[in-house]
Amino acid sequence: MDPKYCSGVVFSNTQVYENIYEMKVGENFKGQPGQFYMLRAWNREPFLSRPISISNIENGTIIFLYEIKGKGTELFSKLRSGDSIELLGPLGTGFPLGIEGNVGIVAGGIGIAPMVYLCHKLSTKVDFYAGFREKSFYMDKIEKNVENIYISTDSGLEGHSGFITEIFQPEKYSSVYTCGPLPMMRIVLDMCRKANVSAYISMERRMACGIGACLGCSILTTSGMRKVCKDGPVFKGEEIVFND
Amino acid sequence: MTSVEICGVEFKNPVIAASGTFGFGREYEKFYSLSKLGGICTKGITLHERHGNSGTRIHETTGGLLNSIGLENPGVDVFIEEELPHMEKYDTVIIANVGGSTIEEYIMAVEKLNKTNIPMFELNISCPNVKQGGMAFGIKSDVAFKVVSEVKKVSKKPLVVKLSPNAENIVDMAYRCCEAGADGLSLVNTFSGMAIDIYGKKPVFENTIAGLSGPCIKPIALRMVYEVCSAVDIPVIGIGGIMDYKDAIEFIMSGAYGVQIGSGNFVKPDICLDIISGIEKFMKDEGIKSLKEIRGIIRRKS
Ligand SMILES: Cc1cc2nc3c(=O)[nH]c(=O)nc-3n(C[C@H](O)[C@H](O)[C@H](O)COP(=O)(O)OP(=O)(O)OC[C@H]3O[C@@H](n4cnc5c(N)ncnc54)[C@H](O)[C@@H]3O)c2cc1C
Ligand SMILES: Cc1cc2nc3c(=O)[nH]c(=O)nc-3n(C[C@H](O)[C@H](O)[C@H](O)COP(=O)(O)O)c2cc1C
Ligand code: FES
Repeated sequence: MDPKYCSGVVFSNTQVYENIYEMKVGENFKGQPGQFYMLRAWNREPFLSRPISISNIENGTIIFLYEIKGKGTELFSKLRSGDSIELLGPLGTGFPLGIEGNVGIVAGGIGIAPMVYLCHKLSTKVDFYAGFREKSFYMDKIEKNVENIYISTDSGLEGHSGFITEIFQPEKYSSVYTCGPLPMMRIVLDMCRKANVSAYISMERRMACGIGACLGCSILTTSGMRKVCKDGPVFKGEEIVFND
Repeated sequence: MTSVEICGVEFKNPVIAASGTFGFGREYEKFYSLSKLGGICTKGITLHERHGNSGTRIHETTGGLLNSIGLENPGVDVFIEEELPHMEKYDTVIIANVGGSTIEEYIMAVEKLNKTNIPMFELNISCPNVKQGGMAFGIKSDVAFKVVSEVKKVSKKPLVVKLSPNAENIVDMAYRCCEAGADGLSLVNTFSGMAIDIYGKKPVFENTIAGLSGPCIKPIALRMVYEVCSAVDIPVIGIGGIMDYKDAIEFIMSGAYGVQIGSGNFVKPDICLDIISGIEKFMKDEGIKSLKEIRGIIRRKS
């Protein structure tokens, strides 16, 4: 599907956890799990738009789940229902959907955002592993579409105390999807490789154009230079070359 | 009405997509018909494929961005075989932007491009010169003179030299490129800049220095275009932070024949269309029949 540049109307924008917000924008939006939109809710400053994953689409209303990191996401959090926002998308290549066998999803923090929609669209049995700093959030939106949820927190306040990779069992799945902090995803890829399980990873890079023109988000893969915004953000785990 | 002739090549309007911000056009054709553009400068092409720089490549700044892409491109052969045929479907002027790290590389790339139907070359002399310790060709006029005159000898197409604003003396640089045989000049490329990650206590970019573009550079770019247009007689294309038709008209009034739009494309993928229609409306409202009437108008004595 070709991306479009258009303006949308904010239906709601609510805080779901400390720094985490859910924004619903209408209407008539499309896209696949793992794809994203470049968003801007300002004129010239900040200069660039911000890439945010599709967290769900319900009857054309698109849902974004985002964490306040800096000035752009801070401005998003100030939007009220009725405000307008510019959207460019859907962009990129998302998660493959037509796979068979059990699926394991491993997400860290705000990395759960694209996985909500993914769980919704997968028709196989899905187990969800999610690691958080303090406490979990938004898991009620995932519950209904998965078999099991495993939670870990750094704080030990909920679920396993420690990293999610400590309780993740790759051998139980035929495919694994991961999104979150890179160190976590590297461990997940490593575990999947050892267990001979195919893994898909959603990469993050700073973006300028979001459409594949500026090469600001290029990464080295086993098949040469690839653009995270166009060829990704989802890549096969074994394609990623870590240069250290 | 908006058409302009630059170095013997006819452009339907003065608005050209700037190199490195527009790929080879494919990404933008999804948003509008590229035949509406005056022209498209390709991503910088080098003799051989380049992977570009590692580490962070983009860093936003107030009013623009720093980039350290490092000329990632598929190489001239792949460009000619896989990208050019597609680009030629558009009814617009294709300008091949050529980079290199040695004079020989520039020459070999230009020789290959000579055999295509591309009507115009833009020589990017902001590239690091490996034989000069990595200092860009476009810093010292004598170094630029050498590469421009050598390339001019082999080029079969009008040669526009793209100047770096980091040149020691932009007017002297423009003179020397003219002397070396440049058919036109375009300016500016990105300004040297940098940013520091204060928590990591290190530069944001692996190369420390990166290139600054966007509206934050516009006043300086405009001043440079003005000075260069006042000094040379060959056509000049103005570049730097152009975000709307007003910015574009400013460059034209300072003496530019055409303008290039770079970082603006990241803000709104069809920004070039807004600029084209803005120029048309401005001309109509002001009763201007040809851009010649206002080109360099601020320099004319009343
Ligand atoms: C494909 C994709 C999908 C995404 N989906 C989501 C999503 O669904 N939800 C969500 O919350 N986020 C998502 N992100 C991340 C999100 O785009 C960023 O958090 C956001 O752009 C930050 O913008 P900001 O203006 O708030 O922060 P900024 O002010 O731009 O930066 C925040 C902080 O990060 C630092 N920083 C700047 N550059 C870098 C860098 N290269 N590496 C590390 N730190 C840097 C800054 O210095 C600053 O301290 C996604 C990113 C990508 C690439
Ligand atoms: C991401 C990026 C990549 C660029 N790549 C090239 C390039 O390959 N060759 C070149 O001559 N200029 C390159 N430029 C410079 C632009 O063509 C232009 O001269 C500069 O960005 C100033 O214009 P602007 O302020 O409108 O962006 C690049 C600029 C950016 C932002
Ligand atoms: S962000 Fe421009 S190519 Fe990916």
